[in-house]
Amino acid sequence: MSTPRKSKRFFGTKLPGCDNTKLQGKLIALEGADGSGRSTQIEMLKAWLENLGFATASVGLKRSTLVAEELEAAQQGNILSHTTRSLFYATDFADQLENQIIPALRAGFIVLADRYIYTLMARDIVRGADRDWVKSLYSIALVPDAVFYLRVSPQQLVERNFKKNATLNYWESGMDIGLSRDLFESFMKYQRLIQAEFRKMQTEYRFAVINGNRSTRAIAGELRAKVQSIIEMPVP
Amino acid sequence: MTETPRYPGKLIAVEGLDGSGKSTQVYLLKRWMEMQGLKVFFTEWNSSALVKDATRKGKKRQLLTPTTFSLVHCTDFADRFERQILPLLRAGYIVLADRYMYTAFARDGVRGCDSRWLRTLYSFATVPDITFFFDTPLAVSLERILGGRPSLKYFEAGMDLNLADNEEDSFRIFQGKIYDEYKKMVPTEHFVVMNGMLPVEKQQAMVRKYVEQKIDLPAFRWRGKR
Repeated sequence: MSTPRKSKRFFGTKLPGCDNTKLQGKLIALEGADGSGRSTQIEMLKAWLENLGFATASVGLKRSTLVAEELEAAQQGNILSHTTRSLFYATDFADQLENQIIPALRAGFIVLADRYIYTLMARDIVRGADRDWVKSLYSIALVPDAVFYLRVSPQQLVERNFKKNATLNYWESGMDIGLSRDLFESFMKYQRLIQAEFRKMQTEYRFAVINGNRSTRAIAGELRAKVQSIIEMPVP
Repeated sequence: MTETPRYPGKLIAVEGLDGSGKSTQVYLLKRWMEMQGLKVFFTEWNSSALVKDATRKGKKRQLLTPTTFSLVHCTDFADRFERQILPLLRAGYIVLADRYMYTAFARDGVRGCDSRWLRTLYSFATVPDITFFFDTPLAVSLERILGGRPSLKYFEAGMDLNLADNEEDSFRIFQGKIYDEYKKMVPTEHFVVMNGMLPVEKQQAMVRKYVEQKIDLPAFRWRGKR
């Protein structure tokens, strides 16, 4: 059981004009590809926490008030170059960090991040962005209390994506970087690259890897046990 | 971002406070180059719909912070850089930029963004071959702006910094701080300082002379029939 920390750390320099003391909530990030069961697990975790009496807040990529719509529109048009897209996502993240994550933590909420900076960094690096540049960009982020990475084999991901959408997503297949003109082949290659990047980050950021090839229930059980160790369970 | 590659094109930036006369000077420089038949392209700071939308939204809902303000502008700049400036430099154009990343260093620095973070953020951008800084005393540039266009925009006036109750006072203080930031950059960023108090045509003559000495202009003439 870790001792509860009241003030959280940033990866780099403190955000200007931001008071990071008295952030008594917990920040939990769940990472994993589309079809890794991430969102389902977040939903289950949320229900479990609420049942215990905890207030939760959910954040995720492309959900900011500031630029979510613009980002979506630009994605559809496929008009953004790599650096521009990196920065667009970083803006979306920063907006949620300052206007949702930090206020919620201050109010004592458990913030569940459906993806955090690690996915964003992995995507950028796989697309050729300089590692140090990406790290500096996201040094504005708060260090989460826990990060879980749901690792699912690319084969399983394909099956789950087909079950869900009957098609593979253009971006999740990395079609923009020209790995292959074949969607399926590109998907497999891209997911392997992303996983390799996560393996590298795993040691640096010390996040917990969860075997996502198992049943929803088995994964949920493991997540609960791990989350339980970082929160103080309410005593009636 | 990576090592700075050399392109056949050249990049010239102008920086200075609002009302320093830099836009007039860069316009005249462009006209001169065009009349010599040079391949020249002009680009401006935050002209895109993205920044306009985001700042409008941010102001209305009071949700733009120093960090998101900085990131929105950098995103906009990156878009212009990757789609316009860089391809033109690679195609051998002379690109003239009315404000460049130094504007962000000054403004965002005043807003409290970490200077190292800002510099790393913009490290994907090519360093200009020449950066002119039009140095006008603060009082003069303030007079030019406040005399001619009294309605100041919220962020332009630095109203988000709570420097003063009204736009005009806030603008004065904000511009003063930006001016200090610019002055600090003169030696470190190798600005070519132009005296903004000289007559327009005299400044322009000096600008042209400097450009001519630094850049082999005839090499940028259009080739073949037009």
